[in-house]
Amino acid sequence: MIVEKDEAVPVRVGDDVVRARQAVRALATAAGFSLVDQTKIITAASEIARNTVDYGGGGDLRLELLRDGGRRGVRLTFTDQGPGIADVEQALKDGYTSGGGLGLGLGGARRLVGEFAINSSPGRGTKVTLTRWK
Amino acid sequence: MDQIPILKIGDCLLVSIQVDMHDRLAMELQDQLTQRIVATRARGVMIDISALEIVDSFIGRMLNDIAAMSRVLDAVTVVVGMQPAVAITLVELGLKLEGVRTALDVDKGLALIRRVIDGGEDPVDRREG
Repeated sequence: MIVEKDEAVPVRVGDDVVRARQAVRALATAAGFSLVDQTKIITAASEIARNTVDYGGGGDLRLELLRDGGRRGVRLTFTDQGPGIADVEQALKDGYTSGGGLGLGLGGARRLVGEFAINSSPGRGTKVTLTRWK
Repeated sequence: MDQIPILKIGDCLLVSIQVDMHDRLAMELQDQLTQRIVATRARGVMIDISALEIVDSFIGRMLNDIAAMSRVLDAVTVVVGMQPAVAITLVELGLKLEGVRTALDVDKGLALIRRVIDGGEDPVDRREG
């Protein structure tokens, strides 16, 4: 697997969520994603970016354009140094929220991408990786 | 400063969201819209989202909240123009726009609002019950 493009954008404040969506759109377009696939990964990214700002105290998004043989993909890695998540399984359940949201963020984002990984523990921040192949 | 215009057409308010909304803008729209419903005694609210490239859980909640608030203020809310890719994504995300009526376009949305107002139909979406 080759990383054809690798960039990072800050995800610190509310406006960064919009900029993160735009950066993901540009990358998904470069990967040749269909409109539906673009929409899915942008929506997933929007959910996670908002978590990074609201719960993680801000962080960064790394965007990678991948190539594996003939297929292309997009890998998004959100990292924050926030309080972390004590019970990841619970946080992935629909309807679970510690804030004012609908509790669809993590579980919904997982359904929208092909590969989903989350690494978090209390006091050590959170890392969420979303990967979708064309 | 960004602001989403709210247009008054007869006894309806029309909002066409043409920008990629940050969360604060969505909250402002919600506040302004409820104020305008009261000030204009509007009976219908139409929200055109045809230019929206995504609807995530935050925007979904805003649409739900607007519908709930306008219902309390005796107005019916119709969301029009959702792009097919957005609809597909919403379902997979697990977002239910309960209580939000939808129509394909502005014409159909206006007709639906008219039917609800004139027919005295309960503006609560029947799918809920």
